[in-house]
Order: sequence, then C-alpha cells, then structure tokens
Amino acid sequence: MGTGMKTTLTRKLSLAAAAFALAGGAILATPAQAQRDPAYEAARAAGKVGERMDGYLGIVGTATPDLQRMVNDINIKRRAVYAQRAQAANATVEEYALTAGCIAIAKTVPGEKYQAPDGSWQTRTGAPPQRDSRCPA
Amino acid sequence: MIPAELTARCAAATTLAMQGGARPITRAIRSLVLVTAGAAALGGCISVEAPERPIVIELNINIRQEVIYRLAADAGNTIEENADIF
Repeated sequence: MGTGMKTTLTRKLSLAAAAFALAGGAILATPAQAQRDPAYEAARAAGKVGERMDGYLGIVGTATPDLQRMVNDINIKRRAVYAQRAQAANATVEEYALTAGCIAIAKTVPGEKYQAPDGSWQTRTGAPPQRDSRCPA
Repeated sequence: MIPAELTARCAAATTLAMQGGARPITRAIRSLVLVTAGAAALGGCISVEAPERPIVIELNINIRQEVIYRLAADAGNTIEENADIF
C-alpha cells in the first residue's frame, strides 16, 4: 500500500515536471517567433489595416471575413498582453492600451495607416504622425 | 514663590428656582412646540428623481497624460517583445 502511494506520487511529480518544462519551453519560444505573420505584414503594407488610437488594430477599408478574423485574432492577443502588463504596472487596461497606441502609431512606417485624433484614417508619411495631445514625445 | 491662595472665587450654588428659571410646566409646553415643529419639517422632504437616461461616464477622457508618461517605457518594451502582433 505504502509503495503504491509512493509510485503514484512519483508519477504525479514527474507529470508536473513535464508540464512545467512544456510551459517553460512555450514561454521561451515566444520571443523567438516574434515576427509578423506574412498576411498581417501584407495587409499593413497595403493599408488595409491600420493602428487605432486606442492601441488596437483597425480595418481601414471594407472588411472581408478573412481580414476581420485576422484583426480580431491580433486584437485579442494584444488585449491579453495589455491586461497582463497593465496589472503589473498598476494601471487600467484602457490606460495601457492607449499608451501602446501612441507608441504603435509613432512606429508606423511611411505608407502604413493610422488613426488621427479626429478618428480619420491617415497614411503615414515621412512627417511625424498626428497623435493624441497626451501621447509622449 | 507662588502664594498658596485661590485664583478665582466662585458664586455660591443656587437652584433653578432661585435663579428664576422656567418652571417644569412651561418647559413641557416648550418641548411640545419644538416636537411639533420638527414633525412639520419632516413632512417637507426633498425628493431626488433618477434621470431618464443612464449616466454614461466616458472613461477615455479620464486617462491623464501623467499616466501615459509613466507607462510609456513599459508599453514600448511590450511592443518590441510582442513584435508578431504589433
């Protein structure tokens, strides 16, 4: 009886260790594949999607099901990241997202779309983008 | 040295009747009048009505610049660490 319980415990521990290793591997693997999906990169370059003021991705023209799915997928992932980091920084998700939006708009390259403070979509040129007055320099 | 004597003298103790105060029956009438006045005041309650439309608070305008400045460096790192979704 005692040996049986010990074996079960050992098995449970090794399972836990394996799960830990998998989780750790997944966390470590994430930064390595930190590259935009080709479809996302193409949609950005074509001006089909743009950076919204609120820190999320927006569809600039007409929304196709494929485009909508891609934008939703990215925005769900962004929201998860914002929520996690906002909690760590003792801020609200909206505050964190707006801050990220400021920076994401600043990082757009000429030809990409971004949302101006008046809500309109603008094409980034070589000049600095029109941003919310609260955005950091 | 401090001289050992009283610093202030007190008047001798007197009863209410000796001071010419109100008699018990007069006081009873006075308090009755006060209670009646209080009851009348309670009748004039102020009523506050709820607005027909719900109160919507626009949270976006409450985000202050100082908060954004505090988060800017952290958010910049987040974008670089998650370059696949930005």
